[in-house]
Amino acid sequence: MSKIKSAFENKKAFIPFITCGDPSLDMTKKLVKAMAENGADLIELGIPFSDPTAEGPVIQTASLRALTAGTTTDKIFDMVREIRKEVSVPMVFMTYANVVYSYGIEKFVKTAAEIGMDGLILPDVPFEEKEEFAPTCRQYGLDFISLIAPTSNDRIAMIAKKAEGFVYCVSSLGVTGVRTNITTDVGAMVEQVKKVNPTIPCAIGFGISTPEQAGNMAKYADGVIVGSAIVRRIGEFGDKAEIPVAQYVSEMKNALK
Amino acid sequence: MEERKGRFGVHGGQYIPETLMNAVIELEKAYNHYKDDPEFNRELTELFNDYAGRPSRLYYAGKMTADLGGAKIYLKREDLNHTGSHKINNVLGQALLAKKMGKTRLIAETGAGQHGVATATAAALLGMECVVFMGKEDTERQALNVYRMRLLGSTVIPVTSGTATLKDAVSEAMREWTNRIDDTHYCLGSVMGPHPFPTIVRDFQSVISKEIKEQILEKEGKLPDAVVACVGGGSNAIGAFCHFIEDKDVRLIGCEAAGRGIDTFETAATINTGKLGIFHGMKSYFCQDEYGQIAPVYSISAGLDYPGIGPEHAWLHDTGRAEYVAITDDEAVNAFEYLSRTEGIIPAIESAHAIAEVMKLAPTMDKDQIIVVNISGRGDKDCAAIARYRGENIHE
Repeated sequence: MSKIKSAFENKKAFIPFITCGDPSLDMTKKLVKAMAENGADLIELGIPFSDPTAEGPVIQTASLRALTAGTTTDKIFDMVREIRKEVSVPMVFMTYANVVYSYGIEKFVKTAAEIGMDGLILPDVPFEEKEEFAPTCRQYGLDFISLIAPTSNDRIAMIAKKAEGFVYCVSSLGVTGVRTNITTDVGAMVEQVKKVNPTIPCAIGFGISTPEQAGNMAKYADGVIVGSAIVRRIGEFGDKAEIPVAQYVSEMKNALK
Repeated sequence: MEERKGRFGVHGGQYIPETLMNAVIELEKAYNHYKDDPEFNRELTELFNDYAGRPSRLYYAGKMTADLGGAKIYLKREDLNHTGSHKINNVLGQALLAKKMGKTRLIAETGAGQHGVATATAAALLGMECVVFMGKEDTERQALNVYRMRLLGSTVIPVTSGTATLKDAVSEAMREWTNRIDDTHYCLGSVMGPHPFPTIVRDFQSVISKEIKEQILEKEGKLPDAVVACVGGGSNAIGAFCHFIEDKDVRLIGCEAAGRGIDTFETAATINTGKLGIFHGMKSYFCQDEYGQIAPVYSISAGLDYPGIGPEHAWLHDTGRAEYVAITDDEAVNAFEYLSRTEGIIPAIESAHAIAEVMKLAPTMDKDQIIVVNISGRGDKDCAAIARYRGENIHE
């Protein structure tokens, strides 16, 4: 079993997302440690991209903060090396195709695996294009994570059949960001996945911010992904974000127990 | 020559969020159905001819030819189309297609505002709702076009993210499409983005080269030696090149915006300064840094101020079938003034990039050779900006 799948074993996984280098890589290191200690089962590390077309304003702004601070892919790799000395929780990179492609797909994936990353999420690489990235990931032992959306319908079976690690279920139309209501029938989406791939964990992301929402979503899925709600706190508290983020992660994790 | 679906060599593809996949699949199916549908084509031709004013003229620029003292120069007058540019060709095609698909709302990005105005126009004509995303900086550079769009009943949303120019307008339009798909068609304005857009837009713009071919054969009894057009995303260029791609003796020359020069950071010359990458749904050449961060590009022309180029152009470059040259702001402004004075035709500053290349090329060619240059749009929208460039402080 991959390290990612084990994150879902016998529990509902809480999966926080933060943007590396926001506001500094030093702070990212502290935040990852704090999140791991407070119940994160799997952590998504965003590599900032200049033009993140799947993100709402909160993560767009965080990406800009990180890039302005001089964050680069190489510096993030160095930071992960450091983190791995202290944190063993599974971690995946989330970024955009061009960040990986321009680095060299093989060089990127090989390095990511070497420094202890467990998976890769590219929101702008759908099923039709994944063969450019997925075989290299498989070769180096990284799970290439597939996404399904409320508009996927008949595509879910095709995607789920070949999914690795976990399936990222996008809860809502549009971009990332906090939503008061999630109206998609996520239960039905998860059911369609499990029909063709019973062992693949499903985690729901996009729009989730409160413990109540998390608890609700966990009824249908194996895990809950939260990005903007955390990144917003980092934007607000900056260098002092460690405690508020730790508290928030702990609250969210409790709601999943 | 498309090796995989929606590919031009290695370029193209569908690098978009899963949320949009069924939308582009639905669009491709509808397009494949309607492109050969006689009723659809009859309606589109009627719109082209009776509404947009096609065919556009192929005008022999006698004074310019005499002045430059080389090849004979013909101007393809896309600036005479309704709404003042080639953009209307693609928009009428896509809007009609969207309507057939049952969509009631169009969204679009715009740089100079020409595509936005064309989309707003088609929306008004076909009774559709329309929202146009435009970089905030461009809404200021092209204030008149913002007013035109509003006058036509559209909503214009100034985009403040990123560099607040064309690339950010595309990003924002894509975000809006993922948010609302059921009733909305994204009317992409250039031969870029995910498949099937580069193919659809090329097909609707190919009317330009279809007409050039007929017109030049009628006037000269032979094909031109060179076809020249400006390239941002590349829709007017691909339209002007399309029916000549198989005619290997016809040189195809695309003119990129060099801004302040290709050896500066203030440039938008993608082929000349970019490298292979993946962005806005496609694999192609992009101006970017060593980590794949998209570069903030610059050109005096809002319509060419884009860090990428359509995948078919990238492929025409790879195969050597087309040449891509870089034209600076200075050269373009000179050409803008030159064509105005010499022929009494004020071209769009985008099209002036192509004129600038012709000014260099024509004198090197023989008098029996022929250049066709695509005047993709008219320059009224640029007059205030060019005046300011020359130090005259006039405002619209």
